[in-house]
Amino acid sequence: MKPAGLRFEDWLALTQLYADYASVVDSGNWDAWPEFFTEDCIYRLQPRENHERGFPLATLAFTSKGMLKDRVYGIRETLFHDPYYQRHVVGTPVVRGIEPGRFRCEANYAVFRTKLSDATTVFNVGRYLDLVVATPEGLRFASRECIYDSEMIPNSIIYPV
Amino acid sequence: MSGPAPCFPESPRWETDGTHRIPFAAYTSEEIHRRELERFFYRGHWCYAGLEAEIPEAGDFKRTSIGERSVILVRGADGAVHVVENVCAHRGMRFCRERHGRRKEFTCPYHQWSYALDGSLQGVPFRRGVRQDGQVHGGMPPDFRVEDHGLQKLKVARRGGVVFASFDPDVEPFEDFLGTAILGYFDRMFDGRRLRILGYNRQRIPGNWKLMQENIKDPYHPGLLHTWFVTFGLWRADNKSQLRMDARHRHAAMISTRGTGGKAGQVTQVSSFRETMSLHDPSFLDIVPEPWWGGPTAVMTTIFPSVILQQQVNSVSTRHIQPNGHGSFDFVWTHFGYEDDDDAMTRRRLTQANLFGPAGFVSADDGEVIEFSQQAFESKPFHRAVAELGGREVGDTEHMVTETLIRGMYRYWREVMEDDGGPR
Repeated sequence: MKPAGLRFEDWLALTQLYADYASVVDSGNWDAWPEFFTEDCIYRLQPRENHERGFPLATLAFTSKGMLKDRVYGIRETLFHDPYYQRHVVGTPVVRGIEPGRFRCEANYAVFRTKLSDATTVFNVGRYLDLVVATPEGLRFASRECIYDSEMIPNSIIYPV
Repeated sequence: MSGPAPCFPESPRWETDGTHRIPFAAYTSEEIHRRELERFFYRGHWCYAGLEAEIPEAGDFKRTSIGERSVILVRGADGAVHVVENVCAHRGMRFCRERHGRRKEFTCPYHQWSYALDGSLQGVPFRRGVRQDGQVHGGMPPDFRVEDHGLQKLKVARRGGVVFASFDPDVEPFEDFLGTAILGYFDRMFDGRRLRILGYNRQRIPGNWKLMQENIKDPYHPGLLHTWFVTFGLWRADNKSQLRMDARHRHAAMISTRGTGGKAGQVTQVSSFRETMSLHDPSFLDIVPEPWWGGPTAVMTTIFPSVILQQQVNSVSTRHIQPNGHGSFDFVWTHFGYEDDDDAMTRRRLTQANLFGPAGFVSADDGEVIEFSQQAFESKPFHRAVAELGGREVGDTEHMVTETLIRGMYRYWREVMEDDGGPR
């Protein structure tokens, strides 16, 4: 059911934001990833178990755009890891609530991982719980929580979900 | 006729009586793996079951694993802590499917056999048969005793809010198992304050379980692999440090005190090290010393075979090793805090948790190197690893430029694994 007051232009901008995000995190252009967020953003990658049981621990828990940039630095410079491609398939966002310039949204996602010389596997599956805000530069995530169903992380997660 | 040595030896071949050359075949065989389960996880050792804070109320349970066997950690009505095996006494079903919850009793859905929280069998449907037309049909034999058919009950040890369990009724007391030195580091972290569970991380690492024990007995790598650590002085070759073991060298503690930072390049020998690296957001390193540390800023304790206790500045966790065959294990992280933590300390522990776990700035790469070691072991099991930094002997040190803890673990491993059952 479409929440009352969702304008067509907003809907278009939201779906574009979700598509752009998926495109960027799959592109390897890590520097572009923090730019989807506000300065004092929240980004969390959290097991569904912790989320539903009220445990605050997240696999990654960032509370500023600066931390996202630090993560990019870690990915590029300090974290030793097997290189891999990732491919996000993101569902159409469900808009749960609207206030002026703010949208609460959710979207399902699946991330596939392809390691070099190897077959593609399902890597991480869950849903985004988002707060999207309008800024002079366009829509940005004030908060993006990736709540994943996947019970076992296949060894490690390096790149942003 | 001579040719190359066989690629797939029948058993691991040690080059010497020492343990400074570790055969790859110690990691690649199901037969050895089963013997390890038998001799380390199921006999003569205490294995980690969980934290009492996970089951605070009567009837609270947590399903977990010891070795490859599913067990239930549960608090009884009287507050006692039980660990019972998740195998119905009737047809053997692994009946408990939820991972946590609260129960008055356990019932296997297959035939409704029910058990008290301590694992005692209390109900068997149709035990006395069915009465029909004045006759009793079926039922269990008259000599069937419920007392003989409970869930397998493990021996339980509780200390400082941590629960260990053993399938072996003759296992030595937990305190003797740890030994004085390691017990001291255990008590430092679990000093009687109630724990507050912060949450879990779970990862499946495609490598032999021993590699994780070795990773945390290896103070050679953190300053080299984990560039992140180096830059901020959290783990450097020149940090004040000690390595300690129990008398049998199976458990160990790596004790380190953070240096003052800066000029790290002189001692790192890391090519990727950047003197100029700085954080956009320094709150990752908002470290506040706590009184219970008593000096060291990091103590990593390996309790053989099942668990690692982590204190890295303000981040504390248990890391539970749950093998799945010789080439894979599940690694379950339970992060916690203490009852007297204020909100700022809880936030700090959660923020520093970004360094650890399956995506952590300094832990994600540990899983990666274990995977790639296992890949090579599988393809070349006749070969061996070298662990000779700091010599070929085994002993406590006042520095960390040594692989002595790995040699110590394998000295113990050989004692136990090569024991042919002769007189003790």
